[in-house]
Amino acid sequence: MTAPETRGIQITNFRKLYGKTEAVKEVSLSVERGELFGLIGPDGAGKTTLMRAVCTLLVPDGGTVLVQGRDAARDIAAVRARLGYMPQRFSLYQDLTVEQNLRFFADLFQVRQKEREGRLEELYRFSRLGPFKKRRAGALSGGMRQKLALSCALVHTPETLVLDEPTTGVDPVSRHEFWEILRAIQKEGTTILVSTAYLDEADRCDRVALMHEGRIVAVGTPEEIKAGFRHVLYRLAGRDARELRRFFSGLPQVHSTQLFGDAVHVVFAKKPGQSDWEEWRHALEGKLEHWSPERPSVEDVFLELIGSGR
Amino acid sequence: MHETSVTTRELTRRFGRFVAVDRVSIEVGSGEIFGFLGANGAGKTTLIRVLCGLLKPTTGEATVAGYDVYTQSERIKQNIGYMSQRFSLYEDLTVAENIEFYGGIYGLARTKLRQKEKEILKNFGLHRHADSLTAGLPFGFKQRLALGCAMLHEPPILFLDEPTSGVDPRARREFWDTIHETAGRGTTVLVTTHFMEEAEYCNRVLIMHVGRIIALDTPDALKSRFEKRTMQEVFLELVGKEIGETRTRGQHGEQGEKP
Amino acid sequence: MERRAGEDDRLYRNAGRKENVRTSRSRILSIAHKEFFHILRDFRTLIIVFLMPVVQLIMFGYALNLEIQRVDAAVIDFSRSTASRDLVERFEGSRFFRPFYFEGGVSQVGDLFKSRAARVALIIPSDFERQLLHASPVSLQVLIDASDSNAATLIRNYCNQVLVDYNASRGAQLPVPFDVRTAVLFNPNLKSSYFFVPGVIAMILVMISALLTSIAIAREKETGTMEQMLVSPVLPHEIILGKVLPYIALAFADAAVILFVGLLVFRVPFVGSAVLLVLLTTLYIITALSLGLMISTRVRTQQVAMMLALTVTLLPTILLSGLVFPIASMPAALQYVTYLVPARYYLLIVRGILLKGSLLGQLAAPALSLVAMSLVLLVVSVRRFSMNLER
Repeated sequence: MTAPETRGIQITNFRKLYGKTEAVKEVSLSVERGELFGLIGPDGAGKTTLMRAVCTLLVPDGGTVLVQGRDAARDIAAVRARLGYMPQRFSLYQDLTVEQNLRFFADLFQVRQKEREGRLEELYRFSRLGPFKKRRAGALSGGMRQKLALSCALVHTPETLVLDEPTTGVDPVSRHEFWEILRAIQKEGTTILVSTAYLDEADRCDRVALMHEGRIVAVGTPEEIKAGFRHVLYRLAGRDARELRRFFSGLPQVHSTQLFGDAVHVVFAKKPGQSDWEEWRHALEGKLEHWSPERPSVEDVFLELIGSGR
Repeated sequence: MHETSVTTRELTRRFGRFVAVDRVSIEVGSGEIFGFLGANGAGKTTLIRVLCGLLKPTTGEATVAGYDVYTQSERIKQNIGYMSQRFSLYEDLTVAENIEFYGGIYGLARTKLRQKEKEILKNFGLHRHADSLTAGLPFGFKQRLALGCAMLHEPPILFLDEPTSGVDPRARREFWDTIHETAGRGTTVLVTTHFMEEAEYCNRVLIMHVGRIIALDTPDALKSRFEKRTMQEVFLELVGKEIGETRTRGQHGEQGEKP
Repeated sequence: MERRAGEDDRLYRNAGRKENVRTSRSRILSIAHKEFFHILRDFRTLIIVFLMPVVQLIMFGYALNLEIQRVDAAVIDFSRSTASRDLVERFEGSRFFRPFYFEGGVSQVGDLFKSRAARVALIIPSDFERQLLHASPVSLQVLIDASDSNAATLIRNYCNQVLVDYNASRGAQLPVPFDVRTAVLFNPNLKSSYFFVPGVIAMILVMISALLTSIAIAREKETGTMEQMLVSPVLPHEIILGKVLPYIALAFADAAVILFVGLLVFRVPFVGSAVLLVLLTTLYIITALSLGLMISTRVRTQQVAMMLALTVTLLPTILLSGLVFPIASMPAALQYVTYLVPARYYLLIVRGILLKGSLLGQLAAPALSLVAMSLVLLVVSVRRFSMNLER
């Protein structure tokens, strides 16, 4: 671990209230320089609030936020100059072309003339938007729009990049491509803080924090997170998935069940023995045909952590 | 899956020169959960809209609940429930008022409506919110209410267009529980989604690209055919390859889904 | 709201058997019921709808007092006869004019207007008296400063009134080229509020009926709820009727409020038949609603609906109906355009009923014009009202 002031982002005991509701409750988090860090959780978990504080847009009700060693609540101008932010509802100018949008943001961040052309070329290459320079932003597909928004946030070569749910509503292929671009940006040494409501995107990050109701419920690499699953997950298949599910959800040692098409995922409190399986197969009169342990997904871990009991 | 509830043969829909749905032939059985996957602009929404009678097919055949989409759209409408991509309830009406409105336009009798209203409020965990304005509900609740309204008249076929985008994981699982329950009672569910985990919840999935079917099978069969662990990987393999090909052919549309 | 359970049951059981689906009163009422909620919940719009006309009445009635008094009138009298002096005295005697003899020539009248020394010039020809005595057509030149066209119109009306009085006193016939007798006869004091109460009613009705309905339909398209209705067995005319009914009620309530304020505060006379007024007001509301429907079939968003409704309904109602600017004083081309403005006919109707006590027979022409307009608009918009997303 490095010293707090040399970290990419250091959040210490951050709190934020909206009226009486506590949107974020005493959260501490550190992101190393050059790390791709994911903030993962459902809507209303407090991800946006935390990100806005990093972007100097909110004043904390408690605690501090340091961005590349600078206080985001005090040293606002210096933090902003070195930060790229892509808000959840990034509003591009729909009636301007891709190029006009980029140039506008370059003007806004006072990117120097001699660096500008090179930077734009780089961004076109990254985003593969080069062939669409002259297209109006309003006529772009969802995935391309997000890439343009990202490019606009990157136009001044920021040290820190903050992205609030950039892949929401974007199709899986464009999402995949978007994450590859983020990886490429990270290689340039940029610190990236990205939030997502898609739990499967956790696997794309170096480290993630799972957020729920204003708290961080787990932090670590995706593998560490998955290793934290305390229960045992099995995938069962057979002739009548619904009947299987009904049967298992009635057992005391079963924590939860979920239908997966023609299969059922069953979460047991502890690993069942061979005799248990034989007994269940017998009870189900041959309807249970296969069972095998299944690796839990981040979603399974998350649901366990927030106590999704049935 | 004995009876078929949705059949299409070479179904095609064009917008001008743009072919949104290109010779699609499918057969969906009663009580089946049938998933539509595809990138934006693949034609999923257009296909669903044609089947719901919101758009006319250009060529090809299609029947829904045994009725012809060309000539019997009024009868189709009485046999389907539809939940569109956009949240389509009235935000300035309360939960109960929304239910009553949709009950009214589907011609539910008063007693039947009362009973269904109670059922929806209970089953979807909305009873505490019956008199709250819909605008103030958490998104997951709104989606459940929209599903409830789409199922109010107990349609044998349910079309869901990206019903879970923006819904948190727990609510999503509950939502899918409801879908499974409904299908268990014999309702056919046709659903589009961007969540590849959800593809695994379906009995069969159809993967579309620029209007054409590129794969149609059960999730397990697809995974073993392409030797992948998840549907996400299957999808990226299949659609990623297609996009690569169309790009090199220089025809990739990149336009968004047509209205 | 009362739903008819029996009817619903029948319909539901019949569903799916026959392709022709019957009109269902309960579906229409469901839509209307829901629309009422929208209206009641949108408090701001509701306040605007009821407060705006009252504010307008007060503005027009008091603040914007269009009655011009003591207008400086330059008299160039080439006749210098008893008759001409008599005429000038008539002008002097009215409370509208302050005549003075101007010794300069006709060519200098423009300068008089520019310096605002006068706003009207009366040029009496040298053979004025002789013409009068021979009862031949008298040519009297009246020049009016029309830089404020509104005031100019009023000045012209006042001139005519004076001339008519003069005529009457002489028992002779002086041709009066303007048809102002109705106004002068039935609104002898030329009170502008008498005009504006009917005008504000016409305006608010068109606003509610055309503007609010077209926005309400566009909103359903914008939020996607229309899509939801289109996949249900609702028929197009059921959607239209259901959406429109509450606005008819709202329009009537509002018209009643305006009329009430007009009668009570501004003491506008109501000499005609109330039944006839309600009947013809309904007709006007239907015309305006048809216009709103027509707009809504052509737009997808509320913003466009509003812009379009403002340009094709509200603005013409204010500017081209004779509400503010008299039609007779408009350029000929614009006068033809006014035939397309429903408010033009409605103003004739309301003014006729309120001020003159006109009967249906006397109002047949404007009433039939409204009927014709509604029919054309309704047919076009119901046809265009798309039951799918093709348009």
